[in-house]
Amino acid sequence: MLVLEKRPQPSRAWIAATPVLAVLLTMIAGGLMFALLGKNPVEAIRIIFWDPLFNTQFASYARPQLLVKAAPLILIAIGLALGFRAGVWNIGAEGQYIMGAIAGASFGLAFYPTDSVLIYPGMVIAGGLGGWLWAMIPAILKTRFRTNEILVSLLLVYVAEKFLASAAVGFLRNPEGRGFPGSRNLSQIEAMNNPELIAGSGMHWGVVTAFIVVIAAYVMLNKHLMGYQIKLAGQAPRAARFSGVNPTRLIVLCLGISGALAGLAGIFEVSGPAGQISIDFNVGYGFTAIIVAFLGRLHPVGILLAGLLMALTYIGGELAQLMLTIPASAIQAFQGMLLFFLLAVDVLSNYRVKLKREGIA
Amino acid sequence: MMGIDPVTLIAALIVASTPILLAAIGELVVEKAGVLNLGVEGMMIVGAISGFAMAVNSGSPALGFVAAAAGGAILSLIFAFITQYLLANQVATGLALTLFGLGLSALMGESYSGINPPQTPSLNIPGLSDLPVLGPILFAHDAIVYLSVAIVAGVWAMLKYSRLGLIIRAVGESHDAAHALGYKVIRIRVLAIMFGGACAGLGGAYLSLVRVPQWTEGMTAGAGWIALAIVVFASWKPWRALLGAYLFGGITALQLRLQAAGIDIPVEILAMSPYLITILVLVIMSSDKNRAALNAPAALGKVFHATG
Repeated sequence: MLVLEKRPQPSRAWIAATPVLAVLLTMIAGGLMFALLGKNPVEAIRIIFWDPLFNTQFASYARPQLLVKAAPLILIAIGLALGFRAGVWNIGAEGQYIMGAIAGASFGLAFYPTDSVLIYPGMVIAGGLGGWLWAMIPAILKTRFRTNEILVSLLLVYVAEKFLASAAVGFLRNPEGRGFPGSRNLSQIEAMNNPELIAGSGMHWGVVTAFIVVIAAYVMLNKHLMGYQIKLAGQAPRAARFSGVNPTRLIVLCLGISGALAGLAGIFEVSGPAGQISIDFNVGYGFTAIIVAFLGRLHPVGILLAGLLMALTYIGGELAQLMLTIPASAIQAFQGMLLFFLLAVDVLSNYRVKLKREGIA
Repeated sequence: MMGIDPVTLIAALIVASTPILLAAIGELVVEKAGVLNLGVEGMMIVGAISGFAMAVNSGSPALGFVAAAAGGAILSLIFAFITQYLLANQVATGLALTLFGLGLSALMGESYSGINPPQTPSLNIPGLSDLPVLGPILFAHDAIVYLSVAIVAGVWAMLKYSRLGLIIRAVGESHDAAHALGYKVIRIRVLAIMFGGACAGLGGAYLSLVRVPQWTEGMTAGAGWIALAIVVFASWKPWRALLGAYLFGGITALQLRLQAAGIDIPVEILAMSPYLITILVLVIMSSDKNRAALNAPAALGKVFHATG
C-alpha cells in the first residue's frame, strides 16, 4: 500500500519541478478533452503552446500579445501572492480590477478634452486608488468585525460588475456614441492613451509596471522586514504574533497592495488594449491570476513565468478557436484543470510517497 | 408600492430561494464534517447544465434532476480526492473547482443556449392548492421545493438524533479524536463532500429548469457564494439555513418586482442589493465574537493526515 510520510522540510527540488509536471499532466488531460471534442489532440496542444511563438504565420501577431496579456495577470497575481502567503485570501481581484479601471477612466474623462501630460499619470494613480479602496472594504470588515474576507471580496465582484454596467450605460457613456453603451475610446485620446512603447513588442506602461512590481516584490519578500513578517504570518501565525507582527496591519497591507495592483492592471488595460469602459471589457483576469499565483509558487519570478505561460494559453486558445473551432470555454476548463493538477502534485513537495506492506503493525 | 401582490411575492420568494437553500444545506453537512468546499458555485453550474441537458434530451425533468445531482457529486469527487487523499489546501482547491466548473459547464452547454427545457410540473393537490392565499404559497409548488425542505428536516434530524450525525460532528470537531476512536475520517468526509456536491447540483438544476428556465453561461451568478455565506449566517444550523435562504430569496424576488414596477431606484442599485445585503448579514453575524466562535466546527478546513 502506498502511504504518505510528511517531510520535515518541503522538498526544494519538487517545489521547482511540480509546476512543470502539472503543465505536462494538464497537456495530457487537456489533449484527452480535445480528443473527446473530436479534435486532433496533438495538433490542438501544438497550436496552443507552440504556434503562437514559433509559427512564422502567426508569431509576428502573437508574440507581442504575450506581454499584453501577461502584464495584467502578473500585476494582479503578485499582489494576490503576498496575501496568500500571509493567509489573507483576496479572491475578489476581478472587482478591484473593474473599480480601478472605472476610477482611472472617470478621472481622465472628467478632463476631456483637455490635453496635458499630467492627465495620464493622474489616471494611473486614480486607478490604483480605486482598486485599493475596493479592497479596503473586505480589509476593514475583516479587521473590525472578523468577517470572512473570501466571501466579502468575492461578493463585491458582482457588485462591481453591476456598477460597471451602470457606468457603461450611464455616467461614463460616450455622449457622441449615438446612445450605444460604452465610454469614449481612451486609447484614441492622446492624453489618456496607454500606447505601445516599442512598435511590435507589445510593451506598454502596464508591462513596464509589471516588471518593476516583480522586482519590488522579490526585494520585499527576501530583503525587507515586511516580507519576512508576511512569510512568518502564513507559516506560523502564533509565532508571528509573539514576535510582534500586527495581524491587523498585515491584513490591511496585503489586501491594500493586491487591490491597488489589480486597480492598476485595470486602468492600464482599459486605456490600452481594451480601449474603453464597456459592459464586458473585463475578461476574468482577476480570476485567472489566482491560477497564475499558485502556478508561480507564490514567488515573484515564478509568477512572471507563470503569467507568460498563462498568456500563451489565452493566445493559443484564440488561435485554436480559429483553426480548429475549439470553443473558448474549453480553454477556460483547460486553465482550471491546470490548477487542479498543480494542487494535486504538490503532495510530492510536502510528503514522501512510500510503499508499505500491509499486515505488519 | 402598487402592483406587488404579497401572495405571488411569497410564492416567488420560495422559488428564488430553493437553489440557494439546496446548495447551502449540502455545504452545511460538508462543513459539519470539517471540510470547507469553496467550489459550490462550480458544482451548482455543472449541475445546472447536466440537469438541463438530460431534461432536454430525455424530455423528463425528473431525470434531469437526477443527472444534476450525479453531475455535482462527480465533480465534487475531484475536490474530495485532491483534498482528502493528496492533502491539498482546501481553499485553493475549492477555488479551482469553481473556475474549472465554470469552464466545463460552458463547454458542455455550447449547443444548449436558447432552448426551452420541458416544464417541471407543479404538484396540484386537490382542495389544498385551490385555497385562497395559503394555496399558492404552500401547496402549489413543484416537487423539488418540498424535497428541499425535506432535506433540511432530514439533515437536522440526522445531525441531532442519529449516530451518523454524531460521527459527522465528531469528525468535524476533532478529526484526531474521531480517528483514535476508530472512525474512518477520510471516508466520512468524502461521503459528506459528495452529498454537498449532489445538493449543489440539484440547486443548479433548479435554476436552469425551473427558476429561469433556460441555459446561459455563468447563470448561477454568485448563487454558490451566497449559499456559502448563508451557512455562516445559519451558524451551521439547518433550520436557520432555511430562514437565511428564504430571507435572501425574499430580497431577490422583491428587488426584481421593484424593477418591474418601475420604482424610482436605479436598476443597478436594486440588482446589487442581494449581494450587499448578504455582506451586511455576514458582518452582523461575525461581529458577535462568542457566537461565531462557538458554532464553527473546530476542525473546519484543516488537513487530516493519519500518522501511524
